[in-house]
Amino acid sequence: MTPTPPPAMSDAAFVLVLALLLVSPLAIAGLALINTGLGRSRSAAQSLLGSLAIVAVAAIAFALAGATFAGTAAGASHAMHAGGKPWDWLGAAPLFLAGLGSAPPQAQLGLLFEFLAVTLAALIPWGSGADRLKLTAGCAVAAVLGALVFPLVAHWVWAGGWLAQLGLNFSLGAGFQDPAGAATVHVLGGMAALVVVWLAGPRKGKFPPGGFATAMPGHNAVYILFGCLLALAGWLAFNVAGAVLWLHAPLSALPGAAVNTLLSASGAVAATFAVTRIRFGKPDASLCANGWLAGLVASSATAGIVTPVQGLVIGLVAGVLTPLLVEVLELAVSVDDPSGAIAVHGAGGLWGLVAAGALAPQAGQLLAQLVGIAALIGIALPLVYLLLWVVNRFVPLRVEQDGERIGMDLHELGGGAYPEFVIHRDDSYR
Amino acid sequence: MKFAGLLVMPAGFFLALAALVLFPASSAASRTAFVLCGLAVEALGLVVALRGHMEDKETSRS
Repeated sequence: MTPTPPPAMSDAAFVLVLALLLVSPLAIAGLALINTGLGRSRSAAQSLLGSLAIVAVAAIAFALAGATFAGTAAGASHAMHAGGKPWDWLGAAPLFLAGLGSAPPQAQLGLLFEFLAVTLAALIPWGSGADRLKLTAGCAVAAVLGALVFPLVAHWVWAGGWLAQLGLNFSLGAGFQDPAGAATVHVLGGMAALVVVWLAGPRKGKFPPGGFATAMPGHNAVYILFGCLLALAGWLAFNVAGAVLWLHAPLSALPGAAVNTLLSASGAVAATFAVTRIRFGKPDASLCANGWLAGLVASSATAGIVTPVQGLVIGLVAGVLTPLLVEVLELAVSVDDPSGAIAVHGAGGLWGLVAAGALAPQAGQLLAQLVGIAALIGIALPLVYLLLWVVNRFVPLRVEQDGERIGMDLHELGGGAYPEFVIHRDDSYR
Repeated sequence: MKFAGLLVMPAGFFLALAALVLFPASSAASRTAFVLCGLAVEALGLVVALRGHMEDKETSRS
């Protein structure tokens, strides 16, 4: 069966989605600020400049190659037949965005959504590699994600690919649903973060021989917490725009999607506040920020689907799981992830996708979501590892030892973010 | 060991895909069980890969 083209969009919906997408880069700004605050002070300028560079490289890579592979719904694509069903696995849109101006308005909005989504996805592993990832390495990771991996998954999910057609071909609900990028942006970004941490290794002194993991707290709680508020504005825009674009939700359903986003983040931060207060005696600012973000990430899958109470409960669960997972990854699995992206974006996104399936009204929706998760873990994760392993052979991800000792700002930029302040030397953490 | 874990993950994915092709829509329980088995295989691969990562860390400490 061939997919039916998406229903036509009204002028009001078009203007609304365009306006929302122009606000959604606030999520990117928030994430960049959070990543910078969670790193060390001697790497702050490199972190923010890296964020700018990564956004630029991801956008260029997506324009040059990624948009072709991502394709558009009802557009040209590569499909194979197996088991009597078509498996649409790769887009075949014109090269270099040719014909963009004459494409249907909805397809143009979808492309703009994907441009913003790919930059957000590429930014996620940058926070996990903080304090030891080179600028060139961050850009190389962004190029790989923007040109190859993100487009593949985006085609499967948003452009009539085989995951989107699970409902049509295999009677699994409405097919795999990911209205605001829980899978394509966050799970993919979280998995790329895991691979970056695997390949780059931990920061110097993080796991000393025969001892416990050394605490390396973020250098600026104000950046972190203000970044959370910025991210909320961007997420509200992403979730509402995604509900119109990919779920074809009526305008009357959009305030509900925004309320669900806010409730999910609120529930999550309240739960993390309580968990960290019980665990440590006082609430932990950076973990609360992680919890807030995990609630937002989970809402990316659920905001347009669930009721407000369900949205709140989804956030509460994300807020309990996130600080515990951050602790397990660091203390039990020896994963040095300064931004907590693996737990926040990877696990938070997976939880949102499962919750969206479990709470959806259509029969078979949960199974469709599980198949989508199986595709992400079974294909996208090994593919990201393979590609970044090759990148690491040619462009080493990790900075030289001297660079890590003096700080990324001095080593890569020749000057610090805070020239008037005394910056801690490496020894002061031990 | 990390590579072994990463190789196991696609196997789990193909198990999940096989569930869709082999079982009709009417046998939802069998499909679900098969897909869950596929996810379990992927989880196993992830655990093996994480164990490999921990072993690498232990080696580099000593």
